[in-house]
Amino acid sequence: MTDGARNESGGLRRVRIDPVTRVEGHGRVTLLLDENNRVAQARLHIVEFRGFEKFIQGRPCEEVPILVQRLCGICPVSHLLAASKVLDQLAGVERLTPAAQKQRRLLHLGQVLQSHALHFFYLAAPDLLFGFDSEAQRRNIIGMLERNRDIALQGIRIRKYGQEVIRIICGKRIHGTGPLPGGMNKPLTGADRDHLLADIEQVVRWCQEGLALVRGIYLGNKEYQTRFAVFPSNFLSLVRPDGALELYDGRLRARDAEGQTVFDQVECRDYQRHLREEVRSWSYMKFPFLRALGSGNGWYRVGPLARINNCDSITTPLAEQARREFVQHGAGRPVHASLACHWARMIEALHCAEAIRELLDDPELLGRDLLVEGETSRREAVGVIEAPRGTLFHHYRIDGEGLVAKANLIVSTTSNNQAMNEAIRRVAAEYLDGRTLTEGLLNHIEVAIRAYDPCLSCATHALGRMPLRVELYDAGGELLNTLVKNGK
Amino acid sequence: MNGPTFTIDGRSVPFTEGQSIIQAAREAGIYIPHLCYHPEFRPHGSCRLCVVEAGGRSVPACSTPAVAGQQVRNRTERLDRMRRTLVELLFVEGNHFCPACPKSGNCKLQAVGYWLRMLDTPFPYLFPRRELDASHHDVLLDRDRCIFCELCVRASREVDRKNLFAIGGKGTRCRLLVNSPDGRLGSSGLSLGDRALQVCPTGALLPRKGAFHVPVGRRLYDGRSIAESDE
Repeated sequence: MTDGARNESGGLRRVRIDPVTRVEGHGRVTLLLDENNRVAQARLHIVEFRGFEKFIQGRPCEEVPILVQRLCGICPVSHLLAASKVLDQLAGVERLTPAAQKQRRLLHLGQVLQSHALHFFYLAAPDLLFGFDSEAQRRNIIGMLERNRDIALQGIRIRKYGQEVIRIICGKRIHGTGPLPGGMNKPLTGADRDHLLADIEQVVRWCQEGLALVRGIYLGNKEYQTRFAVFPSNFLSLVRPDGALELYDGRLRARDAEGQTVFDQVECRDYQRHLREEVRSWSYMKFPFLRALGSGNGWYRVGPLARINNCDSITTPLAEQARREFVQHGAGRPVHASLACHWARMIEALHCAEAIRELLDDPELLGRDLLVEGETSRREAVGVIEAPRGTLFHHYRIDGEGLVAKANLIVSTTSNNQAMNEAIRRVAAEYLDGRTLTEGLLNHIEVAIRAYDPCLSCATHALGRMPLRVELYDAGGELLNTLVKNGK
Repeated sequence: MNGPTFTIDGRSVPFTEGQSIIQAAREAGIYIPHLCYHPEFRPHGSCRLCVVEAGGRSVPACSTPAVAGQQVRNRTERLDRMRRTLVELLFVEGNHFCPACPKSGNCKLQAVGYWLRMLDTPFPYLFPRRELDASHHDVLLDRDRCIFCELCVRASREVDRKNLFAIGGKGTRCRLLVNSPDGRLGSSGLSLGDRALQVCPTGALLPRKGAFHVPVGRRLYDGRSIAESDE
């Protein structure tokens, strides 16, 4: 460990964590300390520039869903489906056939299931099971396999199942094809369905066990969990017309920190009337906010915590029962604890498994009528979906030749940007004494970020092996000290 | 066997007088890689992928007549290495983004790259700026994907009788030109049934409707190499 040197010139002192490990992508954290060594500012910097919004300009719109799914290696299906919803509308198709609609829904459920399993069992569970300060070299899925083999294997198999759903529909586990403007490109067969049916009961049980595990961890140390990175915020998500949890379609609902409705049942195409984005010079991520509350107070959280807080019910029975327990814990108010994200995430994983089971029993899923021809094509449309990490917006405008003229994407991690910064600030304020950079502090900051499952570039998996570099700067930008921790 | 024969990699191959090495090889089920060659058209000899060793020389199999008794070598380490280099050069001199290309899985350039076990390239990408032409309602001309094989030029002239295409410019400024009043595809008279559109080995000329309609697993080169499915 290293002691942070005093800044002789006065002013703010800077602590940097680079890179943040066990998240998808590359980011770094800087903490600015004031003269009294209190945290004055916490920032999560997204240091990668992807530029998709720019470089898809001028490309034919029919290529866009396949192109933009390359944004991510974990949740490419979310981008594929959000963009495909836009393409449906551009082609003049407002409603898909039942078979196509159900295939897409199944695809999305498989996607959310595998992503949630990846995050909880591979990335987050090692922290929760071994402790935030445990040996970093073993705080990963490999350590899980050594010390909690059954749980680790359950996670791997749940993820494998979700990926299998994707493979059956898209031909590949990652970056396949399937959705077309107005439908899907191939029917599912009885053999496909039977293949997926064979394991679904087991997957539902594993999800129940995973949920019980995370709920037990959370409630087992309730006092700590409800103190760690807890802060009030607004929440945004899609819901069904009856207010139930909705992952694939639906309308927008925003609630404030007290659970009061800011807006509800907003059509996705009207998102710009209710949301705004702000650019800040120190990050490639934008900062969205609820327009009605302004940029200062309007920032919001998305993702599992937001969705479970926001919805009035869940359509599948086991997940609904779990949601009620979650709501009870909140005692009538939204749950604001960052670590409750994990609990909410596993409620959703269970919902996905149950909903997949329902869809596999639906004879319409195997329908062969998969494509609808549009009548009046459009030049501009919006597609919104609940990606594993939260509400995802794709908005495209095309020119007369069908080339993309303008694109706007608001990805889930962008919406959680302010929340992650807030979580870092809270944790640092509580655990940093201002003089000593301890590994424990850095771990706590990473745990807080990790709760939001940020997908920073989207396809990098560090498994705790990336080096963690901490640099201490004075207010003039001079490097005072460096600490490097190798994850090997 | 009554007619004349020659050998390819030691295997006896019959041929008829006037046949090229590649024509005889195809009839015998032997794959010699190629991109600018197409059995319907006169050989062009520009891609050089079909170069084989015959009579102590390296010759293009598409434009070299088969000779009785000749010993031809096709699959040698040296030839395949040279072919791989040629394909790498094609990839770096265009803008071939396979992941989002509707032709992926049906693309000869991609398939021959796989067949030659091309994994990467040591050459710097040139990233040429080439104009996309989306003026045609049914067909996209994406010059980024053009490899200047001139198959569309030949097909448009010899089969479609429209003479719509030509190659203009030199070096990195080489471009596929459209013979129309404004130089764009929309006013060219190209139609979906034109052979010029069908013979494009890459996604340079591509029908706009139908992108990604063939599912992964059922595309031309899914599960089989170009050597097994060569047309």
